[in-house]
Amino acid sequence: MLLHDLAHCRAGDKGNVATLSVFPYEEHLFPLLSREVTAERVREHLAEFVAGEVVRHELPLLSALHFVCHQVVDGGVTTSLALDTHGKSLSSRLLSLPIDVAWTPLPRAAT
Amino acid sequence: MQTTRIGCGAGFAGDRIEPAEDLLRRAGLADLVLECLGERTIALAQLRRLADHTAGYDHRLPARFARLLPPAVEHGVRVLTNMGAANPLAAGRVTRALLDRIGARAAVAVVTGDDVLAEIDLDAPAWENGIPLREHGEIVSANAYLGADAIAMALETGADVVITGRVADPSLFLAPLAHRLGWDPGDVATTAAGTLVGHLLECAGQLTGGYFADPGYQDVPDLAHLGFPFADVAADGTAELGKLAGTGGVLSRATVREQLLYEITDPAAYRTPDVVLDVRAVTVDEHRGGVRVAGARGAPRPDRLKVSVGYRAGKKIEAEISYVGPNAAARAALAGEIVTTRLSGRPLRAEVLGGETDCRLRVAAISRDDAVLDAIGDEVESLYTNGPAGGGGVRVHIGEVLGIASTLIPRDLVRPVVTVVEAADAAP
Repeated sequence: MLLHDLAHCRAGDKGNVATLSVFPYEEHLFPLLSREVTAERVREHLAEFVAGEVVRHELPLLSALHFVCHQVVDGGVTTSLALDTHGKSLSSRLLSLPIDVAWTPLPRAAT
Repeated sequence: MQTTRIGCGAGFAGDRIEPAEDLLRRAGLADLVLECLGERTIALAQLRRLADHTAGYDHRLPARFARLLPPAVEHGVRVLTNMGAANPLAAGRVTRALLDRIGARAAVAVVTGDDVLAEIDLDAPAWENGIPLREHGEIVSANAYLGADAIAMALETGADVVITGRVADPSLFLAPLAHRLGWDPGDVATTAAGTLVGHLLECAGQLTGGYFADPGYQDVPDLAHLGFPFADVAADGTAELGKLAGTGGVLSRATVREQLLYEITDPAAYRTPDVVLDVRAVTVDEHRGGVRVAGARGAPRPDRLKVSVGYRAGKKIEAEISYVGPNAAARAALAGEIVTTRLSGRPLRAEVLGGETDCRLRVAAISRDDAVLDAIGDEVESLYTNGPAGGGGVRVHIGEVLGIASTLIPRDLVRPVVTVVEAADAAP
């Protein structure tokens, strides 16, 4: 299963810092995401694109995990050579993160 | 409790106009904000102004205002915009002339004072990389982010249309909210609440499903007729976000959460000229077809303002060629190696985009030397007859690059000025 099956994500940028906000489709999955989508895993998954530190902020009232990624390799918008100068597509790259847990979308009916 | 309705009719310079027209005609707005000034846009505008002293405002302003000011006047909606870019006074004169032509008496006020090129220390380090500003390249612009206090001066003149250059985006919303609701600029709670509303609205359609659809996962109805958002803001700062019935898009807890955290590098301290906003306790709840937000907190405004400094960074070339069918990726990779070899020593980026059987070699470089750029373009084009089999669809684009570096300036060095633009033919 990919993170894309469980959550949506939005990227933002400020200079060569990228922000990535991850939200579960179903709010009860927030603890699962908090456990699985760590700053370390995000940094590893985006290693080709993020050279610096990844800081995770947890926002339980929003059921959100907010990642602040420093030293985006192609960052800086104005002088980047990347096709996507803003790094907007980092959100979709993050959603390709494998989530290695059994997950049942709905409670099973008793049989 | 007193409430006021504010809408967002543009979230970037190239935004669509129809949703703003719809808001003006049907939403019963008190204020409409058009946020059209990206970080780099003002440096580009400054270059146009250097070439022509009557230019340098948003080049789409005449077309946008020609469609939006008649309904704004008709429905008594106040309009605020940063389309003044690098030349707000010229934008004000064009707007005045447009209003005069349609016989509207609406008052136009212009905010200037954001241009601080004469005030900043170019030996100071850029906060992005620590390198002194002047070492980045020829400096063409330096604009401080003005706040709601500057815009409030314009509103106090009784203006119906307010045109600014660089101001913080949320301030374009906070100022009219504070003016309508009688908020004290020193009150952190309402300033934080108004800033939150501005932050949520400032990207227009991004709040209402315009950057959200993922077919089969997140379906957004009738995206072709995306509606833009408005907010009903109460005197206590709580807000209900909405969009017009009959428009496409979606406004939900999900879309609002995405916009709430958008570009926020510290949820505890989002710095604007007006406040240091803390969004950690913000609540977002779907309510009667809209979304209610509350819980913004903050700390008093910073002593220094952010300044965006534009510099000439050279020109960028992007040159591409396509390969399709069996073994396409290998042929594209070979093409990249050939170009890199022929241009040995030139700093460039060569990459293959796309899949195994349908892909595109892309070569990009930034240089201040036109000969280098031309050589790169020529080598990509000559792949037609000097490269792998089946290459097609070469496109070469070269454009000027303006870099942006940031610094801070003490608030007391920045002096906002408000000018009420009178009819050009009015006798003094």
